[in-house]
Amino acid sequence: MSTSTQSPVRVAEEPSGPIRPQRKLPRYAGLGLYVAGLAAGALLAALTGSGIALAVVYGVVLGTLAVYVGSRAVEGTRKATDRLVTALVTTAFGIAMIPLVSLVYTVLDKGLARFDAQFFSNSMFRVVGEGGGAYHAILGTVIITAVTAVISVPIGLLTAIYLVEYGTGRLKKAITFFVDVMTGIPSIVAGLFAFALFTLLFGNDVRLGLMGAAALSVLMIPVVVRSCEEVLKLVPNELREASYALGVPKWRTIVKVVLPTAVAGLGTGITLAVARVIGETAPLLITVGLITGTNLNPFDGRMATLPVFAYYQLTQPGTDTQAFLDRAWTAALVLIILVMVLNVVARLISRFFAPKTGR
Amino acid sequence: MTATKAPTPPPVQQRVVRRAGDRIFAGSAKGSGIFILLVLAGVAAFLISEAIPALTAPAEDIPGGEGLGSYIAPLVLGTLLGAVLALLVATPLAVGIALFVTYYAPRRIAAGLGYVIDLLAAIPSVVYGFWGLAVLAPALVPFHVWAADNLSWLPIFAGPASTSGRTMLTVGLVLAVMILPIISAIAREVFGQAPALHREAALALGATRWEMIKMAVLPYGKSGVIAGAMLGLGRALGETMAVAIVLSGGAGATLNLISSSNPSTIASNIALRFPEATGLGINTLVASGLVLFVITLAVNMLARWIVNRRADFSGAN
Repeated sequence: MSTSTQSPVRVAEEPSGPIRPQRKLPRYAGLGLYVAGLAAGALLAALTGSGIALAVVYGVVLGTLAVYVGSRAVEGTRKATDRLVTALVTTAFGIAMIPLVSLVYTVLDKGLARFDAQFFSNSMFRVVGEGGGAYHAILGTVIITAVTAVISVPIGLLTAIYLVEYGTGRLKKAITFFVDVMTGIPSIVAGLFAFALFTLLFGNDVRLGLMGAAALSVLMIPVVVRSCEEVLKLVPNELREASYALGVPKWRTIVKVVLPTAVAGLGTGITLAVARVIGETAPLLITVGLITGTNLNPFDGRMATLPVFAYYQLTQPGTDTQAFLDRAWTAALVLIILVMVLNVVARLISRFFAPKTGR
Repeated sequence: MTATKAPTPPPVQQRVVRRAGDRIFAGSAKGSGIFILLVLAGVAAFLISEAIPALTAPAEDIPGGEGLGSYIAPLVLGTLLGAVLALLVATPLAVGIALFVTYYAPRRIAAGLGYVIDLLAAIPSVVYGFWGLAVLAPALVPFHVWAADNLSWLPIFAGPASTSGRTMLTVGLVLAVMILPIISAIAREVFGQAPALHREAALALGATRWEMIKMAVLPYGKSGVIAGAMLGLGRALGETMAVAIVLSGGAGATLNLISSSNPSTIASNIALRFPEATGLGINTLVASGLVLFVITLAVNMLARWIVNRRADFSGAN
């Protein structure tokens, strides 16, 4: 901390000599220089005959340089560095937008080809070429995710309650730490865990929807714990104390006062946790597998799930390759839509169920 | 946090009536917490129990015929290569994005921009794989050729250039995009928490915006950025589907990023081989998963340790 408090003092001493007149670029000069640099980059690319991508790269580099040099000539080094960093930071944000836009565009472009009623009403049973759909996979994903939520939410919520309301000492510290560590378990390792567990219980070559749900639970529980814990911590202590003062037992205080106050945040956190696991592929690939028909019973045999369906349609196409690729991209599109809907629902929950605190 | 909340024990108290409801509720809450610890221990235990046959098997029975070590070593190299490449690309970008969102973007749209970046984290990894295969890999082929022609004196660009673009370089960039939102979310949080007094003091003394950031924000946020990068590294190490779809991996252990014979990664190797594996093959894959588990566990524990250490002293202001 000492460095950051001392260094402003050093800067303040700088202009103590003869005061220079502040020279500033006109308001839009920086932007103008940048645009000029972009134009020069486009020109350069056109002269050398390069593509659009290189033109953008040239333009951004030249624009940044133009701003820096121009500002340095007029305003001095410090202002020039400031403008340079502004340009760099904005460029960084722009670079991050490229994959997002490109990804969404590609998935929409390729996925809309089969985004029809048949895709949502047919399974792949006895389909080898065109047609068919992901009815079985969508239902499978919904069922396995629901089972995962049924396992994870009570455990995660109770653990969060323990950490906030009851936990003390070493056990609390250990649980907090290992929940954090658990959020970093690779999804494929969670799949291997479920596989090893069920192999020990039921013998070799067992494939169940429940196995997938167990694997996903390993991934979902820590997310639920973390988000619920953060929300429960926000409940004001005054509410609890008022309840205790009225002689209400602790568990009723938690159930009737703490949880209802936090319900918006809990709903948001749990919905986001569901969104996090609904797109998981790797654990389902090795625990649930894939079938072409419809199996809605998570306690019996392989099931189809949307991510695994998409993966196999893409990587193991049959003779009519294009039909398989179209189905794969549409499955990816449906998957993105599912995740986005869950994200929007989470936001709506936090907006409409927010506690009325009057603040 | 804990210091302020710890209830002070009442000096004299009559015996509290222990209600059954209280005991059941407290017990189940505590039980859930302990259950989580058991699950984590169970993950390790079951992986070890399934891996033991591969650990004890004679070397020539392991797929590849040269023992477990030489089966896993190239995979570990591939895993580290892709993850480190992703980290090198993503960290500077993520810091830039976090600074842009917290201190440069207009206040009114800053929260929206942060949400847009978070959307990158919401996209399922299998979709990233699709995108990497269909868009990024073909788009990078010219760069592969150029790098093989001009930069081949660097071991990582030794070539020959892959014609499909499905190389470790492409994988690293896809992974970079995937961990970008993780690192930038944490960086954004710590940058936003930089003490307003320090920032305003710097500005009041005539610092430009960058000087203010350099003096007040970056020193404060440094450990947060490091921790975020470690978490991103953990994610990149364990990422499965994107790698499995994009990389056309060989078995060779090479640092060459742009040829078509890159080593695969542990996670993608499991995903690709597991559905068809039998017997000892499964045990071998589980053993490699155990190695991955240990690596990510170490990285994540280190990251959490850094975060928690920071939480201890940041509470002081």
